Amino acid sequence: MATTSGGEVTIRDLSKSFTLGGRPLAVLRALNLDIRSGECLVIVGASGSGKTTLLRILAGLEAADSGGVAIDGRPVHGVGAERAVIFQEPRLLPWLTVLGNVAFGLEVRGVPKAEAEDKARFYIALVGLAEFSDAYPRQLSGGMAQRVGIARALTVQPEILLLDEPLGALDAMTKIGMQEELARIWREENVTMVMVTHDLEEAIYLADRVLILPREKGGAARLVEVELPRPRDRSESRFVRYREELLREFGLH
Amino acid sequence: MSLQHIEQPVTIRAREDRTGLGADFPRLANRTVIRILSRYGILIAFLAIWQVSSRAGWVNAAVLPPIDTIVSALWNGLAGGTLLGDIAISLQRAGLAFAAAVAVAIPLGLFMGQVRAVETALDPILQVFRQTSALALYPVFILLLGLGEASKVFVIFWATLFPLLLNTISGVKQVDPKLLEMARVYGATRLTAFRRVVLPGAVPSIFVGLRLSATTALLLLIASEMIGANKGIGFQVMNAQYNFQIPLMFAAIVILAGLGLIANQALVSLQRRLCRWSNPID
Repeated sequence: MATTSGGEVTIRDLSKSFTLGGRPLAVLRALNLDIRSGECLVIVGASGSGKTTLLRILAGLEAADSGGVAIDGRPVHGVGAERAVIFQEPRLLPWLTVLGNVAFGLEVRGVPKAEAEDKARFYIALVGLAEFSDAYPRQLSGGMAQRVGIARALTVQPEILLLDEPLGALDAMTKIGMQEELARIWREENVTMVMVTHDLEEAIYLADRVLILPREKGGAARLVEVELPRPRDRSESRFVRYREELLREFGLH
Repeated sequence: MSLQHIEQPVTIRAREDRTGLGADFPRLANRTVIRILSRYGILIAFLAIWQVSSRAGWVNAAVLPPIDTIVSALWNGLAGGTLLGDIAISLQRAGLAFAAAVAVAIPLGLFMGQVRAVETALDPILQVFRQTSALALYPVFILLLGLGEASKVFVIFWATLFPLLLNTISGVKQVDPKLLEMARVYGATRLTAFRRVVLPGAVPSIFVGLRLSATTALLLLIASEMIGANKGIGFQVMNAQYNFQIPLMFAAIVILAGLGLIANQALVSLQRRLCRWSNPID
């Protein structure tokens, strides 16, 4: 069920500021970036660097002050069917079963229930929850709930998957397992993935390129190409060197 | 079985197991008895003390007649049909008022919870109305609507409206905005988001309102029937007391208690069915 190519994102002169205590606070300053079709771009940056804001603008949940985003050449205004978002919290509807939640995305788009559920079943199996189709969210662990959120996003077969610290709330062991799962899903679904994280190891494990957003005024965003074969090995020396390089970017090494 | 033998002293079990029903039977039976006693023990004791004190003459049996006398008065009233008419008219009054409150409060509450401007504008007057005792307004309703059915139904409707309305509003407002944002990401229109996210999310709170309203409806039913009626269970309570038919009076009170329990139980089981997802155990 791989999607066809597409999902190319062009970001031009993108600026966004918020008002904090009466003063404007610029979080994104004239950002330019091209996200390739089918790549996995991971955005890192200190808190306040605007990484979540950037993702929300890509999702169409927030508007830029100036500049703009285009997907496959079409300017983005608001949410769109070619994008799906995975949030830090699973955001499941507690009154729907796993099946109902995963089918939800298609159902609100007017896909008939039976067809939506058929598709949902496929993606529930893909994230390894086939035997939990009839469970309610309150019966699931944090990692399982997040898998349901991922399956729901995949079910609408987006060209671009936007992930906002999707594994941030999980414990270390679950997190590593889920990173492997995300890497597998990204490969199998052939989808453009843009992910925000504060975990540098996660960034190196998943990314084709890592975008480092500057914190201070006048700083420039930087891109680091991760040229490691997949599946990646966290203990490999080159992996560790990438980690050191990223830490240096943050002035921590 | 080996585990049970380890847990339970074997000698005691062997002696108890003479029923031929298996070792578990007495234990299960005991457990059922204990469960019933722990839940209803105090109620049973209360009724027993009442019965004994009344029969023994510790209390004035003319004021607190024994339970069996009350039960037979209840039976005669129901079998003879005298109380059935009262039940019917009372149910009609409370039912009409409750249905009207549901029909007004739930749609209005859903609307008010969604549109902040409407809620802001209506909240002060709602608070004033809510804090004004419906019984205090009953004379006003009588002046406006006469002493007939309309004023009774209206006063019950009035008192029933507010718990349901306020709980519906708060149910809508408590819906997690993050879930609404999620629905928006998948392209849900406002109407779809309302139908698929807001409405189911508000259901538990609406049920809290329904149960409060049902209790209020019965309370106001009795009050209004005591003040100005010539039929109905509330009227029977008052009338039996005037005529010193104390067992009949208690029979009417028992019916009221029964109606309250049935209404509550009906709503609880409806809630269980509709909100299976929020129950700790299915």
